[in-house]
Amino acid sequence: MSEQPHRLMEIKNLKKSFPLQTGFLGTGGTETVIAVDDVSFYIESGETLGLVGESGSGKTTIGRSILRAIEPTSGSVHFEPREGEAYEVTGLSNREMKAVRPHMQMIFQDPYSSLNPRMTVRDIIAEPLVVNKLLKGTDIDKRVLEVALRCKLNVEHLRRFPHAFSGGQRQRIGIARALVMHPRFIVCDEAVSALDVSVQAEILNLLGDLQEEFELTYLFIAHDLSAVEYISDRVAVLYLGRIVEIAPSKELFFSPLHPYTSALMSAIPAPDPDSPMQPIILKGEIPSPINPPSGCHFHPRCQFVQTECKTMRPELKEYKPGHYSACHFSDVMELPGASELGESSSIRTSKIRSSN
Amino acid sequence: MSASSISTENMSTSAVTAKESEEALRYYSATQWQLIWWRFRHHKAALFAGTVLVVMGLCGLFASFLSPYSAVNRDKNYLLGPPQMIQFWDQKGFSLRPFTHGVTTKRNPTTLRREAKVDPDVRRYIEFFAHGDSYRFLGLFKTDIHLFGVEEGYLHLFGTDDLGRDLFSRTLFGTGTSMSIGIIGVVIAFILALFIGGVAGYAGGWIDYTIQRFTEIIRVIPVIPLYMGLAAAFPKEWTTMQVYFAMTLILGLVGWPTLARRIRGQILSLRDEDYVVAARVAGAGAPRIIGRHLLPAFTSYIIVDLVISFPYMVLSETALSFIGLGLRPPAVSWGVLLQAAQSIRTIQHAPWLFIPAIFVVVAVLAFTVLGDGVRDAADPYSVSEG
Repeated sequence: MSEQPHRLMEIKNLKKSFPLQTGFLGTGGTETVIAVDDVSFYIESGETLGLVGESGSGKTTIGRSILRAIEPTSGSVHFEPREGEAYEVTGLSNREMKAVRPHMQMIFQDPYSSLNPRMTVRDIIAEPLVVNKLLKGTDIDKRVLEVALRCKLNVEHLRRFPHAFSGGQRQRIGIARALVMHPRFIVCDEAVSALDVSVQAEILNLLGDLQEEFELTYLFIAHDLSAVEYISDRVAVLYLGRIVEIAPSKELFFSPLHPYTSALMSAIPAPDPDSPMQPIILKGEIPSPINPPSGCHFHPRCQFVQTECKTMRPELKEYKPGHYSACHFSDVMELPGASELGESSSIRTSKIRSSN
Repeated sequence: MSASSISTENMSTSAVTAKESEEALRYYSATQWQLIWWRFRHHKAALFAGTVLVVMGLCGLFASFLSPYSAVNRDKNYLLGPPQMIQFWDQKGFSLRPFTHGVTTKRNPTTLRREAKVDPDVRRYIEFFAHGDSYRFLGLFKTDIHLFGVEEGYLHLFGTDDLGRDLFSRTLFGTGTSMSIGIIGVVIAFILALFIGGVAGYAGGWIDYTIQRFTEIIRVIPVIPLYMGLAAAFPKEWTTMQVYFAMTLILGLVGWPTLARRIRGQILSLRDEDYVVAARVAGAGAPRIIGRHLLPAFTSYIIVDLVISFPYMVLSETALSFIGLGLRPPAVSWGVLLQAAQSIRTIQHAPWLFIPAIFVVVAVLAFTVLGDGVRDAADPYSVSEG
């Protein structure tokens, strides 16, 4: 890495709620779904921050709010693509956003719906350059080809339409589109979830290689814990719109401080069928974000619940260096992590690497 | 990532490329319209229907050239006369040039019916590029050349009406009028629908809500009384041209809501597609998103819709003119022509006055079959994903 890591992105008190109209003609009044509830975190330049959580926990909403693909309800996003160049992304008008867009891009979950079926691959990849008027004429083609080759597409592919490609190839087209402006920051929104496991590995490795080459910073959103563990430097765990724990990847997986993280980690199946699995089975379902539980959102399902959990919202506090947790009792509890995963996952990931 | 693994990857890719046939490559890089056309080609019925419609359209467009007479030329000796046959031989023998016999109609003094009398001694030879009534060709230059005609007397392929006007010529002129009303009506409805539906779909929120309620109000008004009310509002002294344009306007104004709803629905469903979000994240503005991503995604549906709504326009015009509220003589349209075929007397004595109805039926059927074919071919990506 050529430059000193700095805080590329700092998200403070991000909130996003969606109004829900009920009743005939919307006369039943409005309820709000709080998808993202007062979330703060930062991302260092050059790192990969994993964001995990169940479906409906607000992962995608956070990713899209940061890029202003949807408008956050409140909160601020401070973005510093280079040292000395900083933006308050949330306060910018659409026109001012034009200056920021080239620095931050997105890779989508569904490689089928994220490519316009009526545009050639060349046009799809070139679109960010064209709309931002970054390059002209043959320079566009040169850049498109360069990025496409880097994403292991070849020249003939550029003339084709997306329907000619498999899921993995389409995802590489999506990556090439995200990469073509040479951004600093990419949100990978479940970028590998829709792919076969073998293709997943291929895409994960491609993302890793590109990160080194282009000094990229990723926000890697996923629900697949082993993929997250493989690619992320740090991981944030989301529960019902709130971050419950952020820690360096290994630490989060092996010594979690939050009971929810601990339960998640215990549920990772070990690749060895003989290994004894002792998952912590949580009671009930993830509660509805329309009417979330009081205090700590996790308290109705927590096996260590105390009275104050029901009334007081726990703040995200730093318990160990770089290890934040939002639990009143993080300092007194000893929680099990994903001990099995340690050995076998490193074997597995090394296999992925070598097979590629 | 090791260097060797890169080279194997590249090798396997090029091997696959080599294996891919010419045809597959052609398919992969075909545009939407090429794919639609390739699939449409296999739909023989629709292809045939399309040809029929093109021929009909051309007939209407070049009516004044193709028809032997103008729409108002009267053959006073042949009132309400039946169609004449084109012959190559008669008692006198064979002729290379097709001809018809001279005919007249006379009132039968006992039945008081007009009866056609064929004079087998008179041969009227058909000649091509004959001189006849003068007209302006496509409004460009004055000429009197018609595709065919007879030197002396008249030739009535579809017979004549009670004023002795040639029904064949009038049907061709009517085809032009009715089809152009359909086209202009559809275009007006389409422009309104595109604008109203587009605004509702893209803006969303209360704008969408208001527009939708307004559309519903328009939709619940029964169509026939509405047509009647609007048509009755035409001043009597309006010229044929003014009535004609007013008709297209009425048809357009009544026809937009369904189409507008469909466009709104399409835009609404596509607005949050990932590739539209991707374009927004890339920095594309509203005009580019609408023009490049939203509209192309459903142009095929729009075309299908237009093709299918076309016969309704034609039928509405025909129906309105038939009940006397649409175009009025001297304008000629299918509806106006069929107006003459309203009475029992006509059905009994002059069934050839129904010939324009065959055109209406054929046109509507052809549009329906064509619409069917276009719809099947319209979404080339529906089956080829993966």
